[in-house]
Parts: sequence; C-alpha cells; structure tokens
Amino acid sequence: MNSLAQRALDTATAKGAGYADVRVLDIRQRYLSTRNGRASEVRESQSCGLGVRVIADGAWGFASTDDLTQGGVDRSAAQAVAIARASALCKKQEAILAPEEKVVDRWVAACRIDPFSVPVSSCLDLMLKVDAEIRAVAGITLSECSMDFRRIEQLFVSSLGSEIYQLKTQTGAGFVATSFQNNEIQRRSFPNSFGGQHQTRGYELVEEMDLVGNARRIAEQAVALHKADQCPSGVRDIILGSSQLGLQIHESIGHPIELDRVLGTEANFAGMSFLTIEKLNNLRYGSEIVNAVADATVAHGPGLGTFAYDDEGVPAQCTPIIKDGQFVGYLTSRETAAAVGQARSSGAMRAESWNRIPIIRMTNVSVLPGKGSLAELIASTDDAIYFETNRSWSIDDRRYNFQFGTEFGWEIKNGKIGRMLKNPTYAGITTEFWNSCDAICGPEEWVLWGTPNCGKGQPMQTMGTGHGASPARFRKVQVGVAYAG
Amino acid sequence: MLTRKKAEEIFTQVLKYSTAEETEAIIGSTSYSLTRFANNIIHQNVAEEGVSVSVRAVVDHRTARASTNKLDEASIREVCEAALALARTQPPDPGLLGMPGPQTFRSVDRFHPGTANLSPQARAEMVKKVVARAEKDHLTAAGILSSGSVASGVFNSRGLGAFHEETSSEFSVTMLGETSSGWAKAGSPNCESLDPELLADRAARKALDSHDPKEVPPSKYTVILEPSAVLDLLGFLFFDFGGLAVHEQRSCLTGRVGQKLFGDNIQVRDDVFHPLQAGAPFDGEGIPRQRVILVERGVVKGVVHARRTAQLMKTQPTGHGFPLPNDIGEVPMNIVMEGNKASVEDMIRSTERGLLVTRLWYIREVDPFQKILTGMTRDGTFWVEDGKIQYGVRNLRFNQSVIEMLNHVEMLGTPQRTAGEESFEMVVPAMKVRDFSFSSLTKF
Repeated sequence: MNSLAQRALDTATAKGAGYADVRVLDIRQRYLSTRNGRASEVRESQSCGLGVRVIADGAWGFASTDDLTQGGVDRSAAQAVAIARASALCKKQEAILAPEEKVVDRWVAACRIDPFSVPVSSCLDLMLKVDAEIRAVAGITLSECSMDFRRIEQLFVSSLGSEIYQLKTQTGAGFVATSFQNNEIQRRSFPNSFGGQHQTRGYELVEEMDLVGNARRIAEQAVALHKADQCPSGVRDIILGSSQLGLQIHESIGHPIELDRVLGTEANFAGMSFLTIEKLNNLRYGSEIVNAVADATVAHGPGLGTFAYDDEGVPAQCTPIIKDGQFVGYLTSRETAAAVGQARSSGAMRAESWNRIPIIRMTNVSVLPGKGSLAELIASTDDAIYFETNRSWSIDDRRYNFQFGTEFGWEIKNGKIGRMLKNPTYAGITTEFWNSCDAICGPEEWVLWGTPNCGKGQPMQTMGTGHGASPARFRKVQVGVAYAG
Repeated sequence: MLTRKKAEEIFTQVLKYSTAEETEAIIGSTSYSLTRFANNIIHQNVAEEGVSVSVRAVVDHRTARASTNKLDEASIREVCEAALALARTQPPDPGLLGMPGPQTFRSVDRFHPGTANLSPQARAEMVKKVVARAEKDHLTAAGILSSGSVASGVFNSRGLGAFHEETSSEFSVTMLGETSSGWAKAGSPNCESLDPELLADRAARKALDSHDPKEVPPSKYTVILEPSAVLDLLGFLFFDFGGLAVHEQRSCLTGRVGQKLFGDNIQVRDDVFHPLQAGAPFDGEGIPRQRVILVERGVVKGVVHARRTAQLMKTQPTGHGFPLPNDIGEVPMNIVMEGNKASVEDMIRSTERGLLVTRLWYIREVDPFQKILTGMTRDGTFWVEDGKIQYGVRNLRFNQSVIEMLNHVEMLGTPQRTAGEESFEMVVPAMKVRDFSFSSLTKF
C-alpha cells in the first residue's frame, strides 16, 4: 500500500497539485442471509483501489482506480490534476483548507472475535435456528435473518507528510418476522429494523444479541399487531424507544449540522439545512435537558462513526452539538471550517470507498443520557404512546418537517403499559419537537445504534453512522396523521 | 473499457480454476465521471474506473457468490475457491435450479462514444452555461453533470454468454433564489441529447416564479404532478411487481393479481426495448428480458419472474431476476407507463383549484399493503386557480396511497424518459390527480 500511495502523491505533486492526498483501501465484505428455512444470500467480496484528491489551480479534482500497477496509479494521479484544472474553469476563489498537523500513526479498532474467522456454517446454523423460532409462530408468512461483516483497511497519505494506517472491523445482524393477514402486512424486527444492529466490533456483537432467545417473542408481536387497535390520530405525549430516538437524532440533528449542507453544496440532492451560520450559539435547539455530541473517538463507544482519523487525516474528536438545549457546533471539513472562520476541522470527512471522495458525514451523533430507567419513565407518565422500532422516516430538504412511523406501539395510561397499537406514526417540526423533550432515560438504557445505510452525495455514497440514544419523552406531539387522510 | 473478448478471456480463466459442478461469472467494468457544482462554482469533480469479476459456484444443490476487482491469476483462482467454499457451507437447497444454457438475445444499441469520452473540460463548459443562466437573474446554481460507460457480461459453464455495454449521462440543475428554488433534470445514454441551457432555464423559471411562497392549508387537493414527481411515486410501487414479493406475501399485490386495482386509464408495461429506455436485454442469470404487461386498463395483468420464482409460481421466467443468490428475486426496472396527449399547460388550464408539483422528496413507505407513501414537495410547488398558476407555495408533506392515487387520475400527458432523485429512470407521463392528500406544511 505504502509505495503505491506515495507514488500517486509524488505524481500528483509533480503534475502541479498544490495539495494532494491519497487513500488506498482494501475492503472485504461477507453478507449472509436466511429466508423461510433456507440459506438465501451467501456472498463475499473484496475491493481494492486507490483514490487521489488534489487541489490544482485552486480547484478540486479526484480520480480513482483499481488498476494498482505503477502505470494505473500514475494515470489516476495525473487525471486528478487534469480534472482539478477543469474545475478551475468554473471557480470564484481558491480552495482554502483550515490548517492541520502532519500525522504518522497506525490504529486498529478493537475486535475480539474476527467475524471472518467464524465458520459460515456456524453463522448459518444460528440464523436457521432463529428462522425456525420465527416460523414456529402461527401466522408468520416470512422469516428473514441476516449478518453483514466488513473489514476496512486503509492507508492515507497526504502532501502534508501524513501517513495514517487504519483497520476497522464492522459487524451487523438482525432478523425480521413478517405476517400477512386480512389485507394487512405487519413486521417486527430485532434488535432494529433495516438489518438490525451494527457496530465497529467483531462477532462478539452477534453473540451478545441473543437472536434466538428473542425470535419467538418478536414474531408473536408481529402476528398480534393484526388484532391491535390502530394508533389514534391527535396530539399526544409520546415516548420514543432507544433505536427510534437514534433515527430521530440522525435525521433531525445529524444531517442539519453538516456544514456542507448549510453552505449549499448539497442543495441539488441531499438538501440544505435550517441551521444557517447565524444560528450557531444563537438557537435554542431543544429543551435544557437535551445535550448532543458528534463523537468519533473510541471513548464514545464502537459506533459505525468511530475512527482514529477522518479521511482528511484529521484526528477523531468529540464536538459538542447541543449544550443544555443550545445549538453550539457543526460537523465540518478542513475546507468548510476555513470558510466559516473556524480554526480547525471537526474531523467529519468520510468516504464510502476508494472510488469516492470524502464528504462531510455524521460520525457518532448522540444525545447524552439523562437519568432513570425506561420503567421509571413509563411509571411517571399519565397518558402517552410508546413508539418502538422504525418503519418509515421522512424529512424535508432543510430538515424542519419530519414524519416517522414505527413497527409497534403501546398506549401508556396512568403509569402503566396498556393496549398494543398498530401503524403508529408521529410528525413534527425539528426544533419544536426537541424543545418538547421533558425526560431522557439514563446510561443504563443508552445504546449506541448503528445506521448502516445513510445516503448522501453525488455520486451517492452509503455510510455507516452511530447514534447513542436512550428512551425519551416528548410532550404534545402530532400522532397518527399518516393514516388520518 | 472491457470488451466482450476480454470478458470471455477472463471467464476462460475462471473455468480453469473453478472446480464447482457449475460456474457462472458476471464480469464488468465501469468508467464514470461526475462534475458537481454549487454556489455557482464547480466544487467537486470526480472520476472512477473499475472492474469486477463475480463468480457463482453451484455444488450439491448449494450456491454462493464471491467477487473481486483484481484480475491477476492468483486473485481469479482465489475468488473461484471462495465461491465454492462458501457454497459448501450451506445445507442443500432442493429448490435451487441448475444454470441455464445458451440463450438468444435481441441486441440494443445504447453506447455513444461521445458520452463515454466526455472530457472534464467539456463538462465544465456545460456547467458554465448553467452558471451564466443563474447569474443573469441573481440566482445560485447547484447540480451535477455525469457521464460514463458500463460493460457487463454473464457467462456460465453451460455455455451461456451475454454481453452488453452502454453509456449514461445525467444533468441535474437546482436554482436557488432568496425565498424559493427550482429544479430540472434529464438523463440519457447519449449526452448530446442533454440541453444545459434548457434545463437551466426551466429550473430558473421555477425558482423565479415561486418567490415569496404563500401558505396553503394542508388538505386534499387536485394535483398536477410533473413527470419527475410521478416517477418518484411509482418507483415505490413496482418493487411489488416482483413474483417473489407476491409469493412471499410481502407485496401489495398479494391476492390482487388479475384484479382491477387502478383506474381504467392506467396502463403499464416493462419494456427494455422501448427507444427511451436504458439497460441490458438480459437479467442477472443471463435470461433474455421479455416485454411484460403489468397493468392493462387498471387490471394487474402480471408480475415479473426470475427462473426460480417462475418455477415456484408455475409460470415462465421473464428475464428480470437479480444475480443469484439474492433476497429480492426480481423487479421490473424498465417501466413504461402509457399516457395521453395532455400537456402540463392543458392540465393547468383545466384546473379550478389545485397544486402544481415539480418534484417530490424523501418518499418513504408508511403502509406496505395500502401502499401509503409519505414525502415532501420540493423545488417549485405552485397554487393553481381558475386555470392559471397563481403563486408559489410553501412545501407540503403528503400521505397518500399510490393505489388510491392511480384510481384518481383525471389527465395524462405524453410519456417521456424521466429522471428523478428517488427512483430509477422510467418512461412516464405527467398526471393530473384529484383528492391527493397533504397533511402538513413546512417552513419554506
């Protein structure tokens, strides 16, 4: 890796790049799934390549290749410089980067059990046991279980003299029980929807999930939903389960704080943000108990947004985002930090692979825990609806108006869990919603969830992000509106 | 760029190293460039090239796939061994079919050298035209211009060989005003059919005409959906037209195939050979794609089938399967919806009170059987009254069953190749729809 990366850097510099960085990646992925009693998708892939990013004539260029011969690397580096010169045909000012120090380092993420060392047959055995438990429940029409393992090995070098090696292992697993009855499809997922739970860890994550032990209970809930009452429509207090709060954070805090959106560079696709520059330190984002951080450091936990250095070679940081309800920070890059007069990037530039350019992405954007258990929160609630496990999510392109649906709901009456509710949905406006938060459960309920499928950028990049959340209560929220029409 | 000859040479190597009972390889290459602009400058400009060799092994009624992007002999050997080793880890699957033999394909010509070789300088010049249009009216432009080529072949040890190459290009333009925005997008296998000035002007007019948007209360309205809005809604429906989705009872068509589900004026087919379509004339197993009538006069006439699903459902494969093994089965991805001759202007003229929608955003499925979708309007939403556009309005959230919507279509435009941001490209018309349900407003 080293010699190729250095060669690309030298070529780019020789061709006229004022700044250059090179990432060489080797990504291995294994995806396994079962479906109604049989192995469904069993596949593995390996992808190696190199991406060269340069500033030449004051503008950006990027080229990537999987032809890792000397000739292929030279061509790619020269192409990046030529592309930058073409970019300069349509520029207003020079690209300027916030200063950063040279770094030479090596980091390997903790991984107790290498998931690639676990026999595939053992993984499939476990998934088929889950499958059998799900299908043992009368009324289940589709049983799905999956595991997803990735090993991402990366070398970053830059014309600052940085040379950073990082190795990460990511693991994900989960299952879905689906029931079709009487013209209605109901689903329950565990431990989360859309592939389950994902973290920067090894197979130990799968072992801790107790997939088999939870399969029958979750499948029974899927079937029971057919007979549950429809979630009412109106204004109600709500409690969001931990994983649903994780996605709420992702959409209504994580994306709005991306400074590239604020500055307009995502205007055509992913959208912009209501968090315009003058709102920094001048906006009550949430109630006083809401505290949020963007934390890529190992200390925050093994999230999908955990690393030692971002893809510009900036060290991982913990950036305060909301402090006692006040908006205090953005996710930034070296270029956007400089554009708004900040001294340093917050270290949020990430690329999906060797063939994608780093863009500002969430790291681990988390709401810090409050106090008390979920049982205590429910006991202190007179009348509310509890929402668990995401089913649908949507928010406008400036991140004000959102609507979420979950797989499952409980009515809470007089401090106790009451009837089950199906098709629960809730909607709101971001800052009004976070300002209505009056309780956040404590560390014992806090989970660092992984969102493996966050899409942004053109060409599209899918990135894994982390979101620490514990259940929380919000007052006077619009519920049930999706089915009210 | 991968040629058929080179792909066949790689497959010969695959066969040399594969000891599976049956072996399939999907061999492909990509060359892709994208120029991205915002704030009236080019701020990202990227290019990629890559190859892939994806090997599927079958042994004792078991199958698995392994892929690599390294073409050296050792890597080809390793990927063959990995596919076989993965296959052997599984319990046998009695329903697994043997690989298909040689097939006959109708060729489609979708490769344009000018698009494959569009230079970054040429892309920059096209972007400059958009920026010039923006600056003429003190607007800010953002968007992308992409171009590239792909080549992909499916080969198997029973003698099947299918190969396709095509080019693609996309131009998407957003124009931002002080209080409003507009958008236009086009895609084509031939970049010469993209007109940057036309797209820029359309987006600019949307932004200018929707300045200082007013609020209209959320309610049921007649809506005029421009083709991109139609595309993005329909994109969430056609995954349900896969045979496996119906067989597994996860489709909204479960128990409804053969029934009249939509209005009389709804007619849809999947047709990879349509002159405005793109894509390969074969599927992930190398089976020739067929034209399939999906909806005729509102009746669900058929769904598409991969080989395995066809056997499960006792019918014939239609050539719409994804590469095996996969969890999805098959999807029709060359949608052609028939229309009529009404223009958007005709629809506006015939509307007493309603909304004109340029584009939708962040559409998600709320209910999988009723097919209720939610999402937002974006980049140019207008109040129409007494047959005229009156003013721009703040964006609204909708919650609408797309099945119900296709029973409320009052007018259809001329079908056109359409690009959106939420779905794959289709050939669809504009639509005028009554009683489209909006549930809330946003702040802009």
